[in-house]
Amino acid sequence: MAESAINLADLKKLAPPAELRRPPVVEGDTTLGGLTDKLSAFAEGKIPRWWWALFLPAAFCATVIFPICLFYQVFTGVGVWGNNHPAMWGLDIVNFIWWVGVAHAGTLISALLFLTRQHWRTTIGRMAEAMTVFSVMMAGLYPAIHVGRAWFDWFMFPVPNSNALWPQFRSPLMWDVFAVNTYMVVSMLFWFMGMIPDFAILRDRSKTRVRKFIFSFLAMGWTGSARQWHHYEKAYLVLCGLCTLLVFTVSSIVGLDFCTAQIAGWHATIFPLYFVIGAVFCGFGMVLVLLIPLRKWCGLEKIITMSHIDKVAKLALVSGLIIAYIYLMEFFIAWYSGDPYERWVFGHRLFGHTYPILGWILIGINVGVTQLLWFKKIRQNLLALFIIGLLINIGMWSERFVIVVGSLYQDFLPSNWGKYMPTIWDIGLYIGTLGTFFMLYLLFVKFLPMIAISEVKGAVPQGDPHHPLGGAQKGDHS
Amino acid sequence: MSEKIYGLMAEFNSPGEVLQAAEKIRAAGFRHWDVFSPFPIHGIDKVMGYKNSLVGWFSLAMGGGAFLSGFALIWFSNAFDYPLIVGGKPMFSLPMTFVPSYILMIMGGAIGALVGMFAMNQLPRLHHPLLNKARFALASRDKFIIVIGSNDPQFGLVDTKKWLENLGGGHVEVVEGEI
Repeated sequence: MAESAINLADLKKLAPPAELRRPPVVEGDTTLGGLTDKLSAFAEGKIPRWWWALFLPAAFCATVIFPICLFYQVFTGVGVWGNNHPAMWGLDIVNFIWWVGVAHAGTLISALLFLTRQHWRTTIGRMAEAMTVFSVMMAGLYPAIHVGRAWFDWFMFPVPNSNALWPQFRSPLMWDVFAVNTYMVVSMLFWFMGMIPDFAILRDRSKTRVRKFIFSFLAMGWTGSARQWHHYEKAYLVLCGLCTLLVFTVSSIVGLDFCTAQIAGWHATIFPLYFVIGAVFCGFGMVLVLLIPLRKWCGLEKIITMSHIDKVAKLALVSGLIIAYIYLMEFFIAWYSGDPYERWVFGHRLFGHTYPILGWILIGINVGVTQLLWFKKIRQNLLALFIIGLLINIGMWSERFVIVVGSLYQDFLPSNWGKYMPTIWDIGLYIGTLGTFFMLYLLFVKFLPMIAISEVKGAVPQGDPHHPLGGAQKGDHS
Repeated sequence: MSEKIYGLMAEFNSPGEVLQAAEKIRAAGFRHWDVFSPFPIHGIDKVMGYKNSLVGWFSLAMGGGAFLSGFALIWFSNAFDYPLIVGGKPMFSLPMTFVPSYILMIMGGAIGALVGMFAMNQLPRLHHPLLNKARFALASRDKFIIVIGSNDPQFGLVDTKKWLENLGGGHVEVVEGEI
C-alpha cells in the first residue's frame, strides 16, 4: 500500500506532456504591473481613428434613424410595419428573439464558465457581459412598442389602478415581461459589480481631476481589503449562479410564448430548449464578430489569445451541433406525428413558395457552415472565424423569421392565408437598434474597463500565492 | 496640529509574501488589521479567519421574499381582487404562479447579493483614510499592503513599525485619519 502511494505522489509531480498542457491564460508580459498598464491603456489613451470611423455611423443610426422609425411607429400605429392578419408577428418579434439570443452567450461566458472555473473567461467575460447588457436593452424595446399603444405599457405590470386591471398571470407573454426585465436588471447589476474593482484601478491611475472624480464616484470607495474581497467574491458567486439560471429561463419563456399556441410548427415541447440553444449559438457568433476585430485594434492579441478564440469557436460548434439535432428532430416529429398541418408547415419551410430561401439559409449556415469549425485550420484563421460569426448571426436571424412568420402566414384555413413582407420601417428600426447597440458597445470599449483587469491578474501565475512566480516559498506547493 | 493615527501600512511585492506575512501577524495575535490587494488572494480568507460570508443570506432572504411575494401578488391580483377565469381553470394554482415567482426570486436574489455586498463592506463610502496615501494607489496595481490599525491592543507606533519592517514590509508608513 505504502509503495503505491509513493508512486502516485511521484506521478503527480511529473509535468504533463506538451500537447496536454493547458495554454497560459495570458501570453507575453504577465507581471502584475505590466498587465495593469496594458489592460487600462485603451481606456486611458487617445481615441483612435478606427473608433471614430465606427462610432459615427453607429451614432447616426442610433440618433437619427432609430428615433425616426420609433416615433413614426408609435405615433402612427403598428400598421406602418408589414404586420397584418394573419402574420401579426413580424420583424418586431423576430428581432426581439434575435437580440435576446445575442445576450445569452454573454451570460453563459461570464456566469456559467465562472462556475466551472474556466480561467480563460476572465479575459473575455467583461466584453461578453457588455454585449448582454446592451442587447437585452434592444430586445426589451421591441415588445414594448409591438403592443401598439406604447403608452399603455404599464398594463403589463402589476400596478394598482382604479379599473382593477391586473395582468393575467397564466400567459407566457406575461412571464416574458418579468423574464426580460429581470434579465436586464440582473445582467446590469452583475456587469456593474464586476467593474467596481476595475473602477478603483482606473481611479488610482487617473491623472486628471475629472477622471479621478468620475472613477472615484463609480468605485464607491473600494479599497480592495481582504474583507471586501471576501464578501465581493461571495456576491459574485451568487450572482453567477443566478445568472446561470437566467440563461436557461429567459429563452425558455420566450419559447413558451410559441409552444402554448396551437399553430402548426409552434406547438412543440422542444421549443424552450430549442430557443435556449439557438440563443447561445447566435450569441457565440456575435462574440466572434466583436472579439476578433477588437483584440487586434485594441492591441490585446496576447490577452485574448488564439486559444480563447479557439475555445469560443468550439463552443459555437457544440451549440451548432445541438441546433442541427433539434432541426432534425423537428422535421422527424412533423413527419412522425402524421398531422397534415405539421407536415405541410415543415415541408413549406424548405419547399414553399414564399420564404424557402430563408429555410435554406438556415440549414446551409446553421447546419452546414458550422461544420467548418471542426477544422483546426479554420479555428485559427481569424478572417474565416469572423465571417462564420457573421453568418451564424444571419442564419439564426432567418431561423427566427422562419419560425415566426413561416408558421403564421399559412395556418389551418386557406381562406386565412396571407403574406408578410417587412416594410422600410421594420428594417429601419432594426438598423436603428443595431446602430444603438454598436454605439453603446463602442462607448463601453473606449471609456470603461473592457477587460476584467483584477480578474486577469488573479489568473496569471504571478497572482497565485502558491506558485513560485507569485512569491511562494519552497515546500509551499498546494 | 497633531492628527489622529489610523494605523501603519507596509508593502509587500507578491501574493505569496503577503500571505506568509499575514500568517505571522495572525500568529502574533494582532486583531485589527487588514490586507489590501489588487485581486482576491487565494487562501487569505483562512489566514484572516473569515467565516462564510453573510452575503449569501442576504441573497436568500431577498430571493425567498421575492418568491413568496410573487405568489402573494398573483393570488391577490388574479384570484382575490379581480377573480379571472381563464380556460375554466381554478382561480389560483401553483403551476401558474411558479414561473413569475421564480423569475422574481432571481431578481430578488441578485439585488440581495449586491445589497449584501455593499452592506457588509460598508460601501459606498465617500472617503477612506488610506486613499490619502500616495503609495496606497499601488494596492490596485501590483503591491500588497498590510495595514495594522491603531486601535489594536498590541499597536505601538515604534514597535509595530519595526516589527513590520522585520517582517519584510517595504515603505512602512503612518496613516493619518480617524478609525
